[in-house]
Amino acid sequence: MEKRELTCINCPMGCRITVTMQGDDIISVEGNTCKRGYLYACNEVRTPVRTVTTTIRVEGGEVDRISCKTKEPVPKEKIFEVMEAVNKASCRAPVAIGDVLIPDCAGTGIPVVATKAVSPA
Amino acid sequence: MKADIVIVGGGPAGLAAAIAAAKEDNTLDILILERDHELGGILNQCIHNGFGLHTFNEELTGPEYAARFESQLDELGIRYMLDTMVLDVSSNSVTAVNSKEGVFTVECGAVVLCMGCRERPRGALNIPGLRPAGVFTAGTAQRLVNIEGYMPGKEVVILGSGDIGLIMARRMTLEGAKVKAVCELMPYSGGLKRNIVQCLDDFDIPLLLSHTVIDIKGKERVTSVVIAEVDERAKPIPGTEQEISCDTLLLSCGLIPENELSREAGVEINPATNGPVVNESFETSIPGVFACGNVLHVHDLVDYVSEESGRAGRSAARYVKNKGNGSGPVIKVKNGAGVRYTVPSSVRTSELEGDLIIRFRSGGVYRDSYIDVLFDGVSKIHRRKPIITPGEMEQVILKNEDLEQAPSEILIRITEN
Amino acid sequence: MDNSFDVIIIGAGVTGCAAARELSRYNCSVLVIEKDEDICCGTSKANSGIVHAGYDAKPGTLKAKMNIRGNEMMTSLCEDLDIPFKRIGSLVVCTDEANREGIDELYERGITNGVPGLKILGKDGVKKIEPNISDDVVCALYAPTAGVICPFRLNIAMGECAEQNGVIFKFDTKVNDIRRTGDLWTVVTDKDTYSARAVLNAAGCHADELHNLVSDRKYHITARRGDYMLLDRSLDGFVEHIIFPQPTKMGKGILVTPTVHGNTLVGPTAIDTDDKDEAPVTSEGLSKVQEGAVKNVKGLPLKQVITGFSGLRAHEDGGEFILEEAEGCPGFFDCVGIESPGLTACPAIGEYMASLISAKLGLTKKDTWNGICRDVIKPFELPAEDRAALISEHPEYGRIICRCETITEGEIIDSIRRPLGAKSLDGVKRRTRAGMGRCQGGFCSPRVMEILSRETGLPLDSITKSGGDSQIVIGRTKDEG
Repeated sequence: MEKRELTCINCPMGCRITVTMQGDDIISVEGNTCKRGYLYACNEVRTPVRTVTTTIRVEGGEVDRISCKTKEPVPKEKIFEVMEAVNKASCRAPVAIGDVLIPDCAGTGIPVVATKAVSPA
Repeated sequence: MKADIVIVGGGPAGLAAAIAAAKEDNTLDILILERDHELGGILNQCIHNGFGLHTFNEELTGPEYAARFESQLDELGIRYMLDTMVLDVSSNSVTAVNSKEGVFTVECGAVVLCMGCRERPRGALNIPGLRPAGVFTAGTAQRLVNIEGYMPGKEVVILGSGDIGLIMARRMTLEGAKVKAVCELMPYSGGLKRNIVQCLDDFDIPLLLSHTVIDIKGKERVTSVVIAEVDERAKPIPGTEQEISCDTLLLSCGLIPENELSREAGVEINPATNGPVVNESFETSIPGVFACGNVLHVHDLVDYVSEESGRAGRSAARYVKNKGNGSGPVIKVKNGAGVRYTVPSSVRTSELEGDLIIRFRSGGVYRDSYIDVLFDGVSKIHRRKPIITPGEMEQVILKNEDLEQAPSEILIRITEN
Repeated sequence: MDNSFDVIIIGAGVTGCAAARELSRYNCSVLVIEKDEDICCGTSKANSGIVHAGYDAKPGTLKAKMNIRGNEMMTSLCEDLDIPFKRIGSLVVCTDEANREGIDELYERGITNGVPGLKILGKDGVKKIEPNISDDVVCALYAPTAGVICPFRLNIAMGECAEQNGVIFKFDTKVNDIRRTGDLWTVVTDKDTYSARAVLNAAGCHADELHNLVSDRKYHITARRGDYMLLDRSLDGFVEHIIFPQPTKMGKGILVTPTVHGNTLVGPTAIDTDDKDEAPVTSEGLSKVQEGAVKNVKGLPLKQVITGFSGLRAHEDGGEFILEEAEGCPGFFDCVGIESPGLTACPAIGEYMASLISAKLGLTKKDTWNGICRDVIKPFELPAEDRAALISEHPEYGRIICRCETITEGEIIDSIRRPLGAKSLDGVKRRTRAGMGRCQGGFCSPRVMEILSRETGLPLDSITKSGGDSQIVIGRTKDEG
């Protein structure tokens, strides 16, 4: 049996939640004060995911960096691999918001898209 | 130059106010004056997500959120001028300067103040030590990293756990810097819980509550900072000093509404918010001058800025259309125990658009307490809250029909259990 | 290049630059050597910015003479060099009946020194001209000739004026040794070696070290730190005079004054330190400033502080200005122990030292000499028509970079391009005030960095706060490597 400690992010209470797990099965959730906390804890221990937001190099644009994000949240442990892939990549102006800049980022199956438009220089 | 409404500032507040005013009356000539090279204000550098859940029912980044408003602006044909700094404001004119027009005055029917806020700098925090390079406010560092594409440093200590500081802790970490600690003077964080978990805990960055920076070392560039624990009176406790080597100190120690123009115009300022005193229409003490967004009171969520600014913009449009204000009884909104301020601070029922939202902040942390609303001393709302903190804005919604009873005073207070 | 000069001045603070300007009237070659990256980097940059009336110094001393003469010279100097200066008058406030005599003594001393217009005001008289003074006030010495000045512009303008009259400046150059070689002085620096017929030692806190290299009569300077707090311009008018407590052995005490730009300045402390180069603000110092401020002025809103800073004064053990040819060192001239009232005295010290040196070297005056020097053009100080014309011809004067102080791109460009122009953020700040306002450069510093980078051709990550290794950013994001 494994115990996982979490802080709930749903409200400023920040309940300290303890999830007891047996393999992938959740045995118990303790410390939460509401149902939202229970759901958060279950998701967070099973599949913690985060949207990565960063910047990417642009060539031939009026600026040489623009903001971008993973279109969907990626597994938490993949954050730095995603960053590495974005840091190596670059795109070419013009770029519109939502344009796919990296189709499958770091093997997550999730694309990186532009969050800012850039015109050619 | 002439315009019906001049909006001072093209950030989230100014954009929402302009759009709402144009939608209220599409014959109005609305002009936004923006000091930066682009619209969107601080949203441009807030490349993280979490914006728009209330407004668009989806999670957007700052630039995406701004772009949604900018495209509406274009559809509505609203005029704007960039790189234009407003110098002077009155109820019927705005004077500004840019490189094309020089100093010019726009005569107008109403003004909406949307200047936003600035960060409290090192100097205002009385942090001792030398004055080397490498000390930045978190927002300046955010601009350098996210817009200019430059790294302020590689070993970072952050003072203050405001949201921008937390967001920058993650951002600097993602860009390869080592964030060694976030120190918070108070025994609680000023930032959102979600940011503490996703920006600090995710990356094992320690949050040191009741800690402050007591010395900055390094003659040319920061070489280290000395931190110490503080007592209940926020005084450093001798013997708890710790030197942390770093090349960068980021400060996230509070935001100050930028009301220099408002003050010079004679707008009454609430000392609790450092923003104008406004009524239900977001009108200041000067008729025809409205205020919204962070210039009014510092918000945690841009969605609330947009919503309030929409009301301010519509009010300005009606003010111009009706050539002035309606007159009706005025209800005072008072802050009682535990409440630092309320926005608005007075209400004219005749001018309400519908239900009335009153937003406020508490003066401390309250657990398992009640938010009470009293009409002339009679309880109207008695709502239990598991937690109330100064870091999160609270609100109560008063039904329009309830207000028709027109009390002379509304009191909001926190009652401890 | 030819490394021999008639005169080498060591130090580009107010003393060195004043002397350089005065020497530039003569037919001689002058080199100014400065260890920092710019003019005005030591004591001259962090002080009260006060032009003292001259009642403090003991009659007959050089401090008294130079103070009186410097004060007299200031009006025309500031007109010629376009230096912000206001004679707002000072009050030395007595808050204890028992100390009333001290005010009488100061008055007498002032009269002996030749200070014009001195008056002792009773409680009502003080309250009338300065309503926010402490209710404990008993009386005060009023000196109408005291004033406030921009110390940066004073220093930089004297340097610019010297430069336009042929004086050469070397920055980032530290003097390591000075020795006598025949009839000449050899000055060894970390870059080059120079020789000169005369050397002027204007090295501030380090003047004793330079002097002691050449002379058997030794001096000793203690760096005496002063902490200050600068308050927001929104308090403009809270006090309208320079308000001093009664002086003590350590100095003139903690004053409260408007600055020439409308901020309120409180300070300094007087704390002796070992380090002559680094002046950290301490919490002890800040609390002393806070305590001192409220003694004489009631209700001063110290919460409106926008920055704290500290400076070092060069206090020589004898407590007097040493302005002379060093004993046994013909042609080696000292300006040692230039503490308060050094800023006031600098034009007089420059004049005096130039007269000593010109006599020694037998110099003759130039036929033409240009003593006029304009400051950076400030569009918001121009009449509306002139400003409109300026912006239409140079649109950069319509682009505001520093919001808090309303400073345009045009002013920043001018500060960089002008002779002896700014090379760093602090250099731009001292020449234009960009970054000196209430946000302390939070908004404008990235933009000033861009302008500096564009104007100097240096990459943004080479731009410094104040020269040396004070780079502001360390490199680019997404840097391949």
